[in-house]
Amino acid sequence: MNDNVFPLGNEDLLEAYRTMKTIREFEERLHVDFGRGEIPGFVHLYAGEEAAATGIMMHLNDQDRIASTHRGHGHCIAKGVDINAMMAEIYGKVTGACRGKGGSMHIADLSKGMMGANGILGAGSPLACGAALAAKTLGHGGIGMSFTGDGASNQGTFLESLNLAAIWNLPMVFVVENNGYAESTSVDYATAVDSYADRAAGFGVPGVIVDGTDFFAVYEAAGEIIRRAREGGGPSLMECKMVRFFGHFEGDAQTYRGAGENEHNRANRDCLKLFRARVTEADVIDGGDLDAIDSEVLAAIEQAVEQAVAAPLPGAADLTTDVYVRY
Amino acid sequence: MARNLSMKDAINEALDQEMARDPTVIVMGEDIVGGSGSPGEDDAWGGVLGVTKGLYAKHGDRLIDTPLSESAYIGAAIGASTCGLRPVAELMFLDFMGVCFDQIFNQAAKFRYMFGGKAETPVTIRAMVGAGFRAAAQHSQMLTPIVTHIPGLKVVCPSNAYDAKGLLIQSIRDNDPVIFCEHKNLYAHESDVPEESYTVPFGEANIVREGADATIVAYGLMVHRASEAAEALAKEGIQCEIVDLRTLSPIDIDSVVESVENTGRLICVDEANPRCSIAADVTATLSQEAFGSLKAAPQLVTAPHTPVPFSPALEDLYIPSAEHIVDAVRKTMAP
Repeated sequence: MNDNVFPLGNEDLLEAYRTMKTIREFEERLHVDFGRGEIPGFVHLYAGEEAAATGIMMHLNDQDRIASTHRGHGHCIAKGVDINAMMAEIYGKVTGACRGKGGSMHIADLSKGMMGANGILGAGSPLACGAALAAKTLGHGGIGMSFTGDGASNQGTFLESLNLAAIWNLPMVFVVENNGYAESTSVDYATAVDSYADRAAGFGVPGVIVDGTDFFAVYEAAGEIIRRAREGGGPSLMECKMVRFFGHFEGDAQTYRGAGENEHNRANRDCLKLFRARVTEADVIDGGDLDAIDSEVLAAIEQAVEQAVAAPLPGAADLTTDVYVRY
Repeated sequence: MARNLSMKDAINEALDQEMARDPTVIVMGEDIVGGSGSPGEDDAWGGVLGVTKGLYAKHGDRLIDTPLSESAYIGAAIGASTCGLRPVAELMFLDFMGVCFDQIFNQAAKFRYMFGGKAETPVTIRAMVGAGFRAAAQHSQMLTPIVTHIPGLKVVCPSNAYDAKGLLIQSIRDNDPVIFCEHKNLYAHESDVPEESYTVPFGEANIVREGADATIVAYGLMVHRASEAAEALAKEGIQCEIVDLRTLSPIDIDSVVESVENTGRLICVDEANPRCSIAADVTATLSQEAFGSLKAAPQLVTAPHTPVPFSPALEDLYIPSAEHIVDAVRKTMAP
C-alpha cells in the first residue's frame, strides 16, 4: 500500500464507501421489493447520487440540520438515521422511524439533525433557514442545509430563502442536486440558466459547481462552504451535477430518456465504481477491504428487510395519536 | 394589578413579558420593527399598526424585520421552532397566508403526526383578521375556518384585551403551532388587564352573558355584536346567553351543548363566509349532540358568500350586524 494521498484518512475512506454502498444497496433492494408489490405508496430512489449525500454529510454533526427532499433516503442514511427504522417506516410498520405515519417521503430523525424528507418540492429551504437562524441565535455552532433537486430549485421558496439567508448572513448551505430531470422534464427545458450556481451571484452568495459523481470533488467543495458557514461567512450554493439510476418514482417507465442513457450512466458515471477505482488504483485501500464492506452492507440490508417484514403494523389506536402535543 | 388596556397594548405586553421570561422567544415579521437599514429612527413603525412598537428598544435583535417573503420567513419561523426557538411570526394580514400556506398546513401542521410524535413545533403565527377597515377583498377576510379545518394547527381568536394577553402567552408557551387571529377592529377595544403574566387555557369558552332563552355562539368582533343584540332583546324580555368560543381549535363544544340544554335555542354568529364556516361546524355538531334539546331550528348569522367589498356602503352590509342577530334570535322564538 502507498501513503494516503487523499484528504481523508483510511478509516474515513472506508466509512465513506460504507455509507455510499449502504445507500446503493438500500435503494437497489427497495427497487426489487417495490417491483414485487411489497411496498405501499410512492418511492423515489437516490441510487446514483450517493457521492453527494456522503461527501457533504461527512462534514456535518448532529447539531447541523438538514431539510431533505422527496428523494430523501440517501440523505437520511448519510446523516446517520438508522436503516432498520427507515426500512420499517417504508414498509408502513409501527416500528418505523415515524411509527408508520410518514413513509418514504417523510422520514425524519431530529436527534440526528434530519428535519425530514419532504413531499413538497422546495419546502425544505425556508425550514433549513430556520434551523440556521436557530443555530445563529442559540450560538451552538451548527449550520442549516437544504437539498433541492434541479426541479425544486425553480420554486419561489428556494429563491426567497437564498435572499433571506444572505441578508441575515445565516450559517446556511443550499445544495442543488441536479440530476438532469425534474420528474420527466429536462433541466434544459425548465431552467433558463446553464447552471444553478450562476443564480447565486444574483443573491450575493458564492456558488460552486461540482461533479456529483466524484466523491472527492464533493467532499472538498462541501468542506470549504460548510467551514465558511460555520465561521460566520454566510450562505453558499453548491450545485452537484449527478445522475439518477432509476426513474422519478418506482414504476416510472423512463420513456423520456435517450436510448442507452441508463446503461451509459451505470457504466461510466457510477460514483461507487469511480470511488473504488480511485482508492485502489492509488494503492491506498485494498480492494478486499471494500469487498468485505460490500458483504457486510448486504447482510445489514437483508436484516433490515427481514425485521421490517416481521414487524407489527400500527393499530387503530395509533390513527388519532400525536396530532398535537396537547389538545 | 389590573388596568384598562387596549387589545393592541395587551398583545404588546404579552410579547414583552414572554421575551423577557424566555430568551428563546423571537419575534419576526414584515415591519415589526420597521425601518431596518433605513436612515431614520430605529423602531420606526413597530408593526404596520404599531402593535410591536417599543419592543425593539427592550429586546433588540430578537425582533427581526423580514423581507416581503412570506414563504421564506414563515417557513424559517417554523423550521426554527423545531430547533430550539419559540418564534412568534407576524403574517400581518391572515389574507397573506395564500402566499405561504404550504409552510403552514403541509409543514408545521403535519410535523408531529407525520414524524410519529417525535417533533414539536412551538411556533405562533400572529395575523390580523376581519372586515370593517375599508381594506377591501384581500386585507379583510375572516379565514378562521380554513385554518381550523387543518389537523395539527391550533386557532385562537380573542374578543377582548384580557383574553388576548392570556391567550397569546398560552400560544407562545404551547408546543403546537398556533394561528393567533387578531381582529383589527378590536385593537382599540379596552378592558381590565392584569399587569402580571397569566395564561388563558385553550378549549375553554367564556360565557360572557347569561340568559335562559337563547344561546348565541360567537368569537372575535362578533361577540360584541352579539352583546348589542342581547341588550336590545333584553328590553323585550328575551334573555340571551352568549358563548365566546375564544379558541376555534381546540373548540369547547361542551359549553355550547350545556348552554343549549338550558335555552333550547342556538344562534351561531360568524364573520366568515357561510360555507364550511365555524358557525356551520358548531351548528352541525350541536345538532348531532343536543338535538333533543332544541326547541327551534338553529340559526346561522354569517357574512354573505361573497368577497369583502370595498365601498363602506357595501362593507357595512357585508359584516353581520346586531340587527341580523336580533332577527335570527326572533326566528327561534317564533311559535
